Amino acid sequence: MNKAYIFVFGGISTITLSIFIFILVPRIQVSAINKGSMSAQRPYTENELKGRHVYIENGCVYCHSQQVRDPVAGADKYFGWGRPSLPSDYIYDKPHLLGTMRTGPDLSNIGSRQPSRDWHHLHLYNPRSLVSWSIMPGFSFLYKEVTSVDSPQTGAIRVPGKNELWLVPSEEAEDLVAYLMSLKRDRDPVKASEAVK
Amino acid sequence: MDAKVVFLVLTFSISVLGMLAFVVALIQKQVLVPPSAAKSIFLANEFGHSELDSTSQLSDQWRTLDQSARKPILFFIVTATLWLVLGSLFGLLVSIKFHAPEFLGTEALLTFGKLRPLHLNIITYGWLSPAALAVSMWLVPRLTKVPLQSIKTLYAAGIIWNVGVLLGCIGILFGYTDGLEWLEFWWPTKILLAIAGAMIAIPLFKTIYLSKEKHLYVTMWYTICALIWFPALFIIANAHFLHSGVEQAIANWWFAHNVLGLWVTPLGLGIIYYLLPKITGHPIFSYQLSLFGFWGLALFYSQVGMHHLLGGPIPTWIGNLSVVMSVGMAIPVVTVAINHHVSTYKYFHVLKDSVVLRFIVFGAMSYTVSSLQGSLHSLRTFNYITHFTHWTVSHAHLGLYGFNTMVLFGGIYFALPRLVGRNFKHPQLLNLHFWVAAIGIIIYAIALGIGGWLQGVELRNVQGSFEQSVRLTMPYLIIRSVGGTLMLFSHLLMLYNVFSILRPMKVEAIHE
Repeated sequence: MNKAYIFVFGGISTITLSIFIFILVPRIQVSAINKGSMSAQRPYTENELKGRHVYIENGCVYCHSQQVRDPVAGADKYFGWGRPSLPSDYIYDKPHLLGTMRTGPDLSNIGSRQPSRDWHHLHLYNPRSLVSWSIMPGFSFLYKEVTSVDSPQTGAIRVPGKNELWLVPSEEAEDLVAYLMSLKRDRDPVKASEAVK
Repeated sequence: MDAKVVFLVLTFSISVLGMLAFVVALIQKQVLVPPSAAKSIFLANEFGHSELDSTSQLSDQWRTLDQSARKPILFFIVTATLWLVLGSLFGLLVSIKFHAPEFLGTEALLTFGKLRPLHLNIITYGWLSPAALAVSMWLVPRLTKVPLQSIKTLYAAGIIWNVGVLLGCIGILFGYTDGLEWLEFWWPTKILLAIAGAMIAIPLFKTIYLSKEKHLYVTMWYTICALIWFPALFIIANAHFLHSGVEQAIANWWFAHNVLGLWVTPLGLGIIYYLLPKITGHPIFSYQLSLFGFWGLALFYSQVGMHHLLGGPIPTWIGNLSVVMSVGMAIPVVTVAINHHVSTYKYFHVLKDSVVLRFIVFGAMSYTVSSLQGSLHSLRTFNYITHFTHWTVSHAHLGLYGFNTMVLFGGIYFALPRLVGRNFKHPQLLNLHFWVAAIGIIIYAIALGIGGWLQGVELRNVQGSFEQSVRLTMPYLIIRSVGGTLMLFSHLLMLYNVFSILRPMKVEAIHE
């Protein structure tokens, strides 16, 4: 017998220990924290959820985090990204989109920072038209360009600097912007809960 | 009773009982290995003789064992090579998009956010996993002295695995994605991967069961445990009903780091542990140390993942635990490093004669460097700078390319002539592959490491701006594309090498 069993049982017990520590204990602890604290978040609307899927499908998470660090860890606060995140900010997030990369800025509170729908559409269509140094990909394929003197339809956006060019957002683009504008995690959890009362 | 509590008690008991059994095994000296076992990979007349790249000196015993699972192993190698070329092409496109954001920007299917997960998943599940399995499973008959069993199961597993990867990739393109990094494949396609992963364990354990070897060589320890760990990780991390919000982020990064530490790393280390002594013709420096390195990896590496979420909204203790374990990784890394590098040092001249050894030694060196780098930047002081930056991407490539991929190149180049029974027609192309790939990854890792560090310093600068953190990475991102181009070119060389050694087989088949 060649003692393969030692490695089988050793392997199983180390991975079980790891599951115990990293899956089960945090799950119990985090759900206890979330139960005990108020959350400022509300469930996403149907459009926002669809927009969230557009965000996932197009891989926004690979460049944008949705977690604000404590000032000890980074200059997040000084960039105007909001208060440090709490576990209760994510109770409606599935799948989670915390992200681990900041090629682009943090989006935890982009809805508070950029409340303009037109800004979001123009920026998604061509990021460099609004932010010259941006390296974000444009999502022009989510828009239809229409040449017209007057607005071709409700919701169309005039491209600045080009008098007769309008953008007509697709349904996906509208949903995505609805999702982005819903990202306002900087509300104070306690105050929000009082407001509900 | 609450299901959570049942699982809690169950996993705790299993792990404690496992530790107890381990202590008992230690006391009874079951765990210790005889130092002479390090020589078990040599036949009586082979000791002190290098087994070089060509097959001319090979004894008949090896010849039979080497070809016992020829078809499925070749299938794994060929598909993995094709995925490698495709995956690294996507990688290069992604890299170019960083400094030329308009590049291929108008096509919905070619947007950055789709190519990026395609690159990662193709390389992890299309190239690294099957290639590592191919070489590791090819070594099993050599180490057990039994022909590989259940060859059809292995073949079927290879087909199912590749179908899973293909469907997963198509899913990502058309918006069917689970949305978690490293776990993007849509869940039905991941069921295929889980089934195939479990099927591969069957030939492994059947072969071990039939083996009459008194001692299992260190390579087998890593292979056995990797094939236990991967299904466990993959199934738990994909049990979506278990996770949401912050808990899901924890499970996500628990998996993402463990798939490296407990899946591709052990397989890669196992391959080094075999090929290094076999090619130099001398056993590894200290067999006892390898035992230490193995159990250290099993214990420490399974708990390091949370350093990906430091500073985030996770419980502080769990981050701290991962920092401690990441630093603890230095123990198995240094022991493995001593073993590998001291074993190489004395027989450096063999590098002149064996291209395979060059790949293996480069891989072993990258493992040491990237692992120590990993321990260092898990410390909060470093992590607060390197987190959220290109530094992490540089580190990941140093590990997965500099270490794993280079070792797999070597392993495949060692196995192929023995599988098909003839030598490479153009050995100088293997050498060219080595140098192009090595220079490529060195440029890549250094450029992106520096760029990422500067970016991280800027992201902590309270008087700075985000704009600055983007602008100053630009030159480094361009240099990264240069490194990436070299790497892709070296993969085309490999594609040629693999197909050129296979091709005469068809000609023979016609003559028969």
